[in-house]
Amino acid sequence: MNATAQIFDQGEYNFAYLDEQTKRMIRRAILKGIAIPGYQVPFASREMPMPYGWGTGGVQVTASILGKDDCLKMIDQGSDDTTNAVSLRGFFEKTANVRTTYETSEATVIQTRHRIPEKKLREDQVLVFQVPIPEPLRFLEPRETETRKMHALEDYGLMHVKLYEDIAKNGHIATTYAYPVMVNDRYVMDPSPTPKFDNPKIDEMAALQLYGAGREKRIYAIPPYTKVKSLDFEDYPFEVQKFDKPCGLCGAEHVYLDEVILDDKGGRMFVCSDSDYCEERRAAGHVGPMAANPAAQQIGGHGTNAEEASR
Amino acid sequence: MYVAVKGGEKAIRNAHKLTAKRRRGDTSVPALTLEQIAEQLSHAVARVMGEGSLYDETLAALAIKQSRGDLIEAAFLMRAYRTTLPRFGYSQPVDTAKMLVERRISATYKDLPGGQMLGPTFDYSHRLLDFALAAEGEGGDLDAETSPVEDEPMPRVTDLLGDEGLIEPDPAADENAPVGDLTRDPLSFPADRDLRLQNLARGDEGFLLALAYSTQRGYGRTHPFAGEIRYGEVEVEFFAEELGFAVTLGSIKVTECQMINQFAGSAKTPPAFTRGYGLVFGQVERKAMSMAMVDRSLRWEELGEEQVAPAQDGEFVLSHSDNIQATGFVEHLKLPHYVDFQAELDLVRRMRGEWFEKRAREDAETAAKEAAE
Repeated sequence: MNATAQIFDQGEYNFAYLDEQTKRMIRRAILKGIAIPGYQVPFASREMPMPYGWGTGGVQVTASILGKDDCLKMIDQGSDDTTNAVSLRGFFEKTANVRTTYETSEATVIQTRHRIPEKKLREDQVLVFQVPIPEPLRFLEPRETETRKMHALEDYGLMHVKLYEDIAKNGHIATTYAYPVMVNDRYVMDPSPTPKFDNPKIDEMAALQLYGAGREKRIYAIPPYTKVKSLDFEDYPFEVQKFDKPCGLCGAEHVYLDEVILDDKGGRMFVCSDSDYCEERRAAGHVGPMAANPAAQQIGGHGTNAEEASR
Repeated sequence: MYVAVKGGEKAIRNAHKLTAKRRRGDTSVPALTLEQIAEQLSHAVARVMGEGSLYDETLAALAIKQSRGDLIEAAFLMRAYRTTLPRFGYSQPVDTAKMLVERRISATYKDLPGGQMLGPTFDYSHRLLDFALAAEGEGGDLDAETSPVEDEPMPRVTDLLGDEGLIEPDPAADENAPVGDLTRDPLSFPADRDLRLQNLARGDEGFLLALAYSTQRGYGRTHPFAGEIRYGEVEVEFFAEELGFAVTLGSIKVTECQMINQFAGSAKTPPAFTRGYGLVFGQVERKAMSMAMVDRSLRWEELGEEQVAPAQDGEFVLSHSDNIQATGFVEHLKLPHYVDFQAELDLVRRMRGEWFEKRAREDAETAAKEAAE
């Protein structure tokens, strides 16, 4: 009887769900990805107990790198308490029994969907992204056989034409998230559907970035302190979104904000998408212009739910 | 209330409780047993085993019960369970000529060695609702006579044609050539036939049906004949290294379909019929036939045909056949996407602002011009 069978006899799962052979296979793919920054490494993605498209790539990467001493933070849309983040955190609490946290600075592994935390990450942290479509050229050329060739030949003309046409037609590059980047002057890479606001954070980041696409069976990586440039033109330089208001709750500026609709009369407020960052600022005494609004009470915190606030 | 998709833990727990309650339905109605599902919904069980890629009737019945009859969800449960099972190795090739046949038909011959055997089938039945079943009667005649299951080898129709050289031979298999396994290595393109067949065998019945149908309507026509469809039990053998011989692990029920298609032929090869192959768990004839037709379509390159239709496009077919992948990605749109949506909102607002500004400017210019005239 092998190890996995024994574990099932005991009615338990292996540490972090995946068996050790699978983890080793995934770690090899990760190492290859780190060695060739931005290159999409095919890997034998497994069927996971959550659906494809719901973070299976990120979960497999996290499961493969997680150790008993790690502290895991799980975010979706920048927030720790969105439904899928709750579900995936619960998965690792159950299968790996590791410490989890909402605090960015406390975490050693952060799995994310669609955002990068506002707080600067450190060398001893790993950021794991859930990736739906890893191929930045997919919507220009649907065929894998073609896009692989284009990457091999560093033939990114199609991408530049697309960006040029955007400008010619709309006056803007009409890509607001999953904005393509050039990694280490070699591979064009999809930074996953994070808003382009987060692109500058990828560049020269101190933390290791791992990208996992389960359904598409690809892993790619950006090692610490790697040059990552958002694609642009000299006369149309890359720009990030700017918000003309600070966060309604904590008053933060130069952060990514979510728009929250308060009523059906056009009432709305903007709040930090990174909920941990916002909470930390409020705890430190920062107050935003809308903090006194009764609606803000409900949106802003876990105060409405004692159980979840106790974390 | 479900505010801004936050406050997850309790909401998720309650949603799951409610699902369990809805699954059970009215508790004054007896609960389904797994035996009832396995025995009386055998087509559903077969489909779930095939698309779930795991042959186990009891587990499939459990999956169907747990998923409230959502068969794709049930297949997903099977796949997720399957992934945790240890892998001991690969079985010996199954010999379908040695099948204990329960049903065997050929559309290409009136009679043939081994005979035609209709077996259990909906074919030739009139699709009239049987109200006797609704009245909790047994419906139909349960004293069906079954001829003893044929245990003599029944030669495959394609072998009969092959003896005369009228059908292309099955490609000579190199005993030592590794057989691909897309559950262990990511699928890459162009994919060879072993991987294509594996992919189709796990593929969605509806997707394959639609593709097969499209070839009949002129999108990459292959002129198929149902050479043979057989359903029955085959033994699965495993070569045990320690013993030095193959041992029987058990038997499974499968449907095999061999489509016979239009003769190709070129300067080098004489005209001969060509093959399309389908094999699925359980009695799922619709899928076995569809699989055989799609398999044949995907062989266009090797047979020197032109690629003109979706069913011939290997990358298109194989990338989209898996309903577990498809349903996951389609349904993931239910997950919050408000961060990306915010980015799009911002851009659309900006572009609309510019559009109105431009129009106002143009209107002003026109007005100024008209005034000047």
